[in-house]
Amino acid sequence: MTAFTVNGVRVEVDRPDDTPLLTVLRDALGLVGSRFGCGQGLCGACMVLLDGKAVPSCDIPLWQVADADVVTVEGLAAEGPNPVQQSLIRHQAAQCGYCLSGIVVAATAFLDQEPEPSAEQVAQALERNLCRCGTHQRIVQAVLDARSGAPA
Amino acid sequence: MTTTSQRTLPGHVEANPRLGTWISVADGIVEVHVGKVELGQGILTALHQIAADALGLPPERVRIRTARTESGPDQGLTAGSMSVQETAPALRYVGAAVRQLAEVGDAGRSVVSRRSQSDLLNHQGDPSQSDLLNHQGDPSQSDLLNHQGDRSQSDLLNHQDDRLNQQGDLLNHAEITDYVDRIGGLNPETNLAGLDVVGHAGPTLVVGTDLPRVDIPDKVLGRPRFVSDLRPPGLMHGRVLRPPSAAASLRAVPEGWAAPGVELVRDGSFLGVVGEREDDVDRALAALAAAAVWDEHDTLPDEDDLAGWLRSAASDPTEVAVDVVPERTRTATYSKPYLVHASIAPSCAMARWAEDGAAVHVWSHSQGIHRLRLAIADALGLDLEAVSLEHAENAGCYGHNGADDAAFDAVLLARAVPGRPVLLRWSRADELGWAPLSPAMTSTVSARLVDGRIDGWSYDVWSQGHASRPGYAGHPGLLATAHVAGGTPLPPASDPPGPSFGSLRNAVPLYDVGPRAITGHVVTEAPLRASAMRSLGGFFNVFAIESFLDELAAEAGLDPVELRLAHLTDPRARAVVERVADESAWGSALPESVGRGMGFARYKNLGAYCAIVAEVEAGTELRVRRLVIAADLGLVINPDGARNQLSGGAVQATSWTTVERVRFDRRRVTSTDWETYSILRFPTAPRVDVHLLDSDQPPLGAGECAQGPTAAAIANAVHAALGVRVRDLPLTSEAIVRAIEESP
Ligand code: FES
Ligand code: FES
Repeated sequence: MTAFTVNGVRVEVDRPDDTPLLTVLRDALGLVGSRFGCGQGLCGACMVLLDGKAVPSCDIPLWQVADADVVTVEGLAAEGPNPVQQSLIRHQAAQCGYCLSGIVVAATAFLDQEPEPSAEQVAQALERNLCRCGTHQRIVQAVLDARSGAPA
Repeated sequence: MTTTSQRTLPGHVEANPRLGTWISVADGIVEVHVGKVELGQGILTALHQIAADALGLPPERVRIRTARTESGPDQGLTAGSMSVQETAPALRYVGAAVRQLAEVGDAGRSVVSRRSQSDLLNHQGDPSQSDLLNHQGDPSQSDLLNHQGDRSQSDLLNHQDDRLNQQGDLLNHAEITDYVDRIGGLNPETNLAGLDVVGHAGPTLVVGTDLPRVDIPDKVLGRPRFVSDLRPPGLMHGRVLRPPSAAASLRAVPEGWAAPGVELVRDGSFLGVVGEREDDVDRALAALAAAAVWDEHDTLPDEDDLAGWLRSAASDPTEVAVDVVPERTRTATYSKPYLVHASIAPSCAMARWAEDGAAVHVWSHSQGIHRLRLAIADALGLDLEAVSLEHAENAGCYGHNGADDAAFDAVLLARAVPGRPVLLRWSRADELGWAPLSPAMTSTVSARLVDGRIDGWSYDVWSQGHASRPGYAGHPGLLATAHVAGGTPLPPASDPPGPSFGSLRNAVPLYDVGPRAITGHVVTEAPLRASAMRSLGGFFNVFAIESFLDELAAEAGLDPVELRLAHLTDPRARAVVERVADESAWGSALPESVGRGMGFARYKNLGAYCAIVAEVEAGTELRVRRLVIAADLGLVINPDGARNQLSGGAVQATSWTTVERVRFDRRRVTSTDWETYSILRFPTAPRVDVHLLDSDQPPLGAGECAQGPTAAAIANAVHAALGVRVRDLPLTSEAIVRAIEESP
């Protein structure tokens, strides 16, 4: 049994120690918001906050999150959509949207560290998140506008 | 657009003439069934807008139901930028018929309020999605999900197009309810083809507005939305172990091989595992990969001489222009490598066989569930009635990727556990290495210049075919059919007849170039599997033709825009070229090592017009700084969505043009992860400005028209910046250095 916190709720999971956190979230806990893209830590689709830091959950074995605090994209919307989520919707910053869960997580963590970034800094902060649909510009703009709640 | 009478029967209504196939009513909402599917292009929202206007209803009283084989129209593939072109006339006809049958009167009667917009955002579990997405496998987990989206959503939208606020000659609430009830009372068996539909086309209230997409909130908030999120009771997970190389066959799996928590499925060289827990199946797959023994062979061409291979391989010529062309004065050859769709989500599907094994139901992100149904039935020797499918979304596919193959994999795995739904997901390596590829291509183009005018043009292009979808060439065309016992190899991809499909797409220039000789050479060998990727041969042909046009302009001492305009007569073509030149400040000064280039095409020579100017910076790395796009899409259903698609297409094409290349050795594809198959990332994505030309001509798809012009614009901009012509894609720094070394 491995115990940790997900979106503010204490959970206990009975899966082998080497099970990726992403599999635990999606298969054991039914939290499917974190998406599987590569399973190799290379695309960012599965990013979660682990003790406040954005990490690819496919690359984190279960043992490593024992007693840790995990927040998923669902958790970021716990009090209603967070500013990044609101801004992405306002900007209609999606095509297929499969990349967005990880981007919401990465951008939220980044804005916590750097509340007044430039467009270049936002793009740099999303370097580990792939978007195959070419929605980059809208996403960057949405993240910039998430600071101020500025309209699209 | 408001008063056109509709008397001609659209093709998709003729093929699906039953009223109930298109329209039903549930909970006071008119459900409009379509055979087109959401691939991330926003099609369901565009069709929602068209349907609302066609029926004369506010959008919140209309719901789009996506494709299922048991109900709803068969509209063929969702591909080739044809969805709006094919579906708009059908929905307008059905809407006119409904208004006539329900005696609601004519155009201009619609209620669209401010409220209707925010309501769209509150869609919980968009009903176009499978009901299974709303199942929470384990109710004890429900407090983890925190789905409370409603609270602040209503103010998230500030699109307030004036037309959406008009309250003029509109049905009031009671009248709408009455109208919807009357629609509900119509006989679903009504034969639409037998009606004399004389009604008006319906109002244009919702069409032309930036109606927000119905699917975006789920995706931003991490709600269940995709096929991989399906969680029906009794769910099992499945994985397939693909052979280690293109032509490998299974020699042995050790006697008695087993792994905890899974069942082995074996059929010839097809191997897979099924189990209750996802981590068990992943561990078992790794163990199986280590244990299986294969026979392998070298069958692939030399990746460093693809052009040579294409030109010498067996091929079938197709001549599309056979004029006698006078001796030409300039010749150049171009090439592109294999590319891959590289969806951000690996292909995925769910299948469930009936307990008695007599029938199977499949959830798939296929672009054509009806064809896939035929292919599955054919592959398994089943009656068509025994196979049913429904569409479930996955990430963008950009063409024929592994979606159909995955559906068949799921069917094969689920057969081992009748009654249980099996969710099958490919690995990243399989998605990049086993899905059909966009074929390598090469061409030679020659022309004669006389006093600054092109007078004589020849073009020869070599490529594998661009179509190997399920059922093409009389073969199910599903990957595993080549691996199961007694299976047959997949046939080589072919090109459907007609110059607009496949290798010859956009091979005929829209310019007035005098006598022309244009031939496609479709290679009939298929060491690597090829099929349709966004714009097919159009991407490469436009790259080659438009690069060559700039070479001719340089030779003639003409500005590239001038040369293009001098050879274009179609006013819509001229308009986009002029507009993009204007918007990009064509001709204005640029800093050192920055260059500007143009590319233009009318997609398929009968679709959208698109001209693009690229600005590149050629420092130590090539950087595409900015793309300016001018496009004529005819009547635009959703301008914001059209901009999104155009800009996305151009950014993706920037990635194809500047970084992408499928790598392989003589045995296997080696670019099987995101490090070995690079795509453009956030820090290097260009800024894109999109300008749409006003038009009330019939709508033309926006999804593919930017691909070719982007590549050409970048190549031409590199030439403008450095004075070097790079004719082989991708336009990496190494390719530029090579071109500099090779230039005379
Ligand atoms: S799925 Fe985790 S980084 Fe790609
Ligand atoms: S929107 Fe499709 S991958 Fe980003």
